[in-house]
Parts: sequence; C-alpha cells; structure tokens
Amino acid sequence: MSSPTTAATTAWQTAPLLVQGVELECLRAGQGAPLLVLHDQEYLNTEWPYLDALAEHFEVLVPSHPGFGRSALPEHFDALDDLVYVYLDLLRALERRLVRLAGFGFGGWIAAEMAVRCTHDVDRLLLVDAVGIKVSEPTTRDVADNFVLDAEALLEATWHDPGLGARTMKLPGPKVPEDDLIALLRNRQAAALFGWKPFMHNPKLRARLRRIDVPTLVAWGESDRLVSADYGRAFAAEIPGATFELIPNAGHFPYLEQPDAFVQRVLPFLSR
Amino acid sequence: MLAYHFTEMPYPYVPEEVEKEYKSARVIVPNSYCDPKIVAELYERYLDDYVYADELGLEIMLNEHHQTMTCLDVTVPLSAAALIQRTKRAKICILGSPLPHRDNPVRVAEELAMLDCMSRGRIISGFVRGVPTEIQPANTNPVLTRQRFEEAHDLIVRAWTTPEPFNWEGRFWQHRYVNVWPRTYQQPHPPIWITGSTPDSVTWTAERQYTYACFLTPYEWTEGLVNAYRQRSAELGFPEPGPDKFAYLALCYTAETDEEAADYGKNLLWYLYRERHPQLNAPPGYLPPQVLAKQILGTAGKAYRDSFEQLQEKGIVLAGSPDTMIEKITYLHERCNIGHLLMMNHAGFMSPEKTRRSMELFAKEVYPAIKHLGAQPSGKSEALALA
Repeated sequence: MSSPTTAATTAWQTAPLLVQGVELECLRAGQGAPLLVLHDQEYLNTEWPYLDALAEHFEVLVPSHPGFGRSALPEHFDALDDLVYVYLDLLRALERRLVRLAGFGFGGWIAAEMAVRCTHDVDRLLLVDAVGIKVSEPTTRDVADNFVLDAEALLEATWHDPGLGARTMKLPGPKVPEDDLIALLRNRQAAALFGWKPFMHNPKLRARLRRIDVPTLVAWGESDRLVSADYGRAFAAEIPGATFELIPNAGHFPYLEQPDAFVQRVLPFLSR
Repeated sequence: MLAYHFTEMPYPYVPEEVEKEYKSARVIVPNSYCDPKIVAELYERYLDDYVYADELGLEIMLNEHHQTMTCLDVTVPLSAAALIQRTKRAKICILGSPLPHRDNPVRVAEELAMLDCMSRGRIISGFVRGVPTEIQPANTNPVLTRQRFEEAHDLIVRAWTTPEPFNWEGRFWQHRYVNVWPRTYQQPHPPIWITGSTPDSVTWTAERQYTYACFLTPYEWTEGLVNAYRQRSAELGFPEPGPDKFAYLALCYTAETDEEAADYGKNLLWYLYRERHPQLNAPPGYLPPQVLAKQILGTAGKAYRDSFEQLQEKGIVLAGSPDTMIEKITYLHERCNIGHLLMMNHAGFMSPEKTRRSMELFAKEVYPAIKHLGAQPSGKSEALALA
C-alpha cells in the first residue's frame, strides 16, 4: 500500500471566507463531508502533505484565525471566545451539514471551547496536542512559554527531531521575505492577544469538557515537550467516551513530523 | 531650562557571568543574588543624593521598574513619599506611572493626589506605557498596552477633574462610584508628561498638549519627534509649543576637565551595557508586526552598544567640563527645543563622592548659565515656570 501522503498535489483554493463580517484567509480543497481544521500557532503552508491526504476524503477548510496570517483582526477582539463565536457562526453558515471539527494545539483549544458550547453542527471532534485546560498545581507550567524560547529551544520543545523541524517549519527570521515575516509575526501577536493570561488556557474549560457529546479522538505526539502527553491524557479523561492515541516519533506537530502515521491514525476516526 | 537629578537606583553587585548566563539583567536573574542589607544601604544613599539635589536647587525625577537589578525603585509613590518628607523645594517628577501595568487606575489617581497634597503641589505626573521587560513582571497582555494606557489615562484625568462621583464602564476597567479623595493640590491636576520615541505617541501627546519626554534618543531622532509635535499642534490650532513641552533624558557627567569627565563618565555606560534578553525584550505584539519585521530585516533600533564617543556625538551622553556642558546643553536646547533636562547623573558603581561632585559642579557652574534658556517667552510660546 502506498503512503497516504504521497498523492498528487492537491489544488488548493485560496478565496477568503467572510464570517461575521471578518475576512479570513482560507485554504479549501476536496469533496465530501466538510472537515474544518483549526490550526495551531504555525503559519499555513499548502506544501504540508497531511492536508493533501485529508483533502482526498473530505472537503477541507483551513482558515487562518482572526489576527493570524493574513486574516483580519476586528478592533474589539481580545479573548478566545471571540474566535469561538466566529467559528460557531461559520459552522452555522455551512448550512447545517455535519462538520468534522479538528483542532491542533491552539486551534484545539478553540475547537474544545466550541464543542462545550454547541455540537449541533459537529459530527466528530479531533483534538491534536491541544492546549486550553489547567491540569497541574499553580507552580507548574502545563504549557511551555513558547514566547520566551528562541528558535532553537522552540524546535527542541516541539519536535521529536528538531533538525527536521528546522527544515520543515517557517520561523520568523531575517531570511524570510518581508510579507511572510509580517504574517508570521502576526501569528505570534495574535496567539499572545488571545492566550497570554491565563497562559494558553481557560480555568473553567476542564470542568466543562464533560458537556462534549460527540465522538472525540485526542491524538498526541509522544515527544511533545511544549505540552506533554500526560496533559493530553488528562484532557481526554474529561471528555465522555473520548479515545486517546499517541503518535510515536512526533512532537507537538505530529501532522507535520509524521504525516503518514498521523493520517493513518485519524482517517478511520474521521471517516466513520 | 530646568534640570532634574535622576538615578535608576541600580543594584550593580550581580556577577557579570550570572547576567551572561541568563542573557538578561532583568526579569529572570534569581533574587538569591540580592542582599537586602546592601539594598538598605543603597536606598539610603540614593535618597541622600536626591536630598542633595534639592539642596543644590535641582529638581528630582523618579522612575520604577520591576524584577530587575537595574532598578530598586519598584513603585514611585513610595520613593516620592519618602522624598517629600526629606526635601523642601524640588519638583518631584514621577516618570512615570506605568499605566498598562497597574491593576487599578483609580488607585493611581488617588496616590498621585495624595502625593500632590503632601508636597503642596510639587508633583509632575508622568504616565508611561512601560518598556518591554515590564510585560512579564506585571504579566500584562503585550498586545493591548497602548489601549490599556489610553483608557487608564482617560479614567485618571476624569477622576481628577470630576467634582462628584461618576460611573466608568470601559473596556478594561469598571467602577460604579469613582470619587477620588483627596483632590489634587494643583488644579485642575498636576502637569502630565508622556514618554515616547515613536510618531504615534508624539501625536497623541501633542493632541493633549502634554509635555513629551524623549529618553536617550540621538539628536536627529529627538528633533524629528519635536517637529512631529509641532506639526500636530499646528494642525489643531494650538500655539507653537514652547520648551516647556519637551524633556530629554541624557546620561550626564560634569567634571573639572573634559578628560576627567570622559574618564569617569564612562561608568554611566553600565546602564546601557546590561544584557538584553532577545525574547523578553521583544514580547509578541509589543511592536506592530510591520515595525518588528523591519527591525528583524535589519534596520532600526536603539544603539545600546555604542561607544562613549559615539554616544557623546549623538547627544545621548552629555559629559565634559562646565564650559563644554554649557555648550552641549545650549545646542540641545536650540536644536530640539528642550526645556527640561533629565540628568541621569548616576549609574552602576559610580561612587557617592563622584556623583555628588558632578551634581555640584553642574549646579554651581553650568546651571546658572543655561537656566535662562527657554525662560523668556518668544512669539506665542509658553515660558518655563521657574520656581
């Protein structure tokens, strides 16, 4: 059997989405049931093969969150639920077709907050190395302070193989073209705007996870040192019936570091 | 021209290798390196220097920083309160209250009003946004400091100028009864100063006709900001801004000769040469992405590693014999319309004797020759209020 991520290059459409009057940069490809992918803090990049593989099975939508990449940021947005309601409205705008909702890292936090509010438009929920809850006692940082890490330390924390990360990820630096650099810096700015305090979590979310009433898979890179697999287990334990799966040889971005293994794990769940 | 004595109250005894290890002099250097017995000595010494400034006829400037060996003054109202009790005449310029980082602007309004009454109107109230390394100690959202600053300012000024209880339901702060006791001694409120180094902040300040203070900017940068203030004032129909609207902070050292000033004045550079952590100094969103991108791609930014000579050329260091100082300060005044000279007369390991000798020489041999600058009204400009 061929690798699921070696298919022909997918033609991604880049027409922006308009939700609640907010113009969002968005990648869109494929046919079938809609799959909404809520990205982490990293920059969108169509060369990432896991998206191509998913687009063979679903109509994949990958918007940049408000304030990230090239998406607009309304002046009054300053809390995570501003993003949550944008995406709940997007689900509603998809005309009540049941949506597979996937959230990675920071996007996993958004997805979990959406699911505790309303799952009327959601068929299944996939959370990957998600942040958003507080697990440990106050003096332990559940989520490493990525804003204080330099590029090298950030790759150490987020990749099983930091060398591969350095070749794969686009990070802010003097060699990046100005337009892309601004988009990357907007990601950092927006992540801080929505996740600064409390740092990358909502103290109330953990107790609310019990409200999630759709099939849920919590997948985690085994080597994630930004937010540990134990944190992932605690996340899954609060969601009724959720399954937890480790992806070996992967850090915080298993879909980038082990795209084949990632797609093999999540596809059966999403396709059911 | 009014001259102000200033020290940031450093604790210079952390070994340099520790600073290098942490890549920082701020936020994360463990406080195990802080000896409170030494701190007690330092507070006494720094306050004594301020009292001496009062005796010499100089004004006083205070500031605050947090979690840092570079500044032991952690809250300006405390040092100001101490100095009000020990000084007789000096203006006490608080530069400033870091508005985005204070939890409650109404308390800021109250504290400043109390200080203003205790000092019988000697307070100048500076408001600052706070340097990037203040973000972590206060854990303020770095993206919203400008917005928090503006709302806190609006609330404080309203609290000072409203003679009855009022309601405030803003974006960041909500109060149902704001009714500050005491009222400020100076009416309608103490003079307000704003620090800044960007066109945005100077425009905002000009719109309110506050005094704008530039810290350690080169001549042409300072001049550009002053001209931006002038331009905005003219657009709004305000009179041509006089020197009372502009303050400049420089590292200052006066000695008998230029050689001696250069020799000992180099100790001031301790302040500039501290380790600056690349991430703690650039929290996400503190600068707009467009501005930060330009810095990363390699142009802008302050020159913290300039040599003593370069810093003198740029006007960031003002050092020399009394005659040289008169010449340099006159040039600064004429080129940049500066009416308030904020003198960082001390940094790092500078001894009390040397610091005081410089202050004394300045007060006796330089100040009398520059004090008149900007004091005479010219055209529509306002004269400096010489106490």
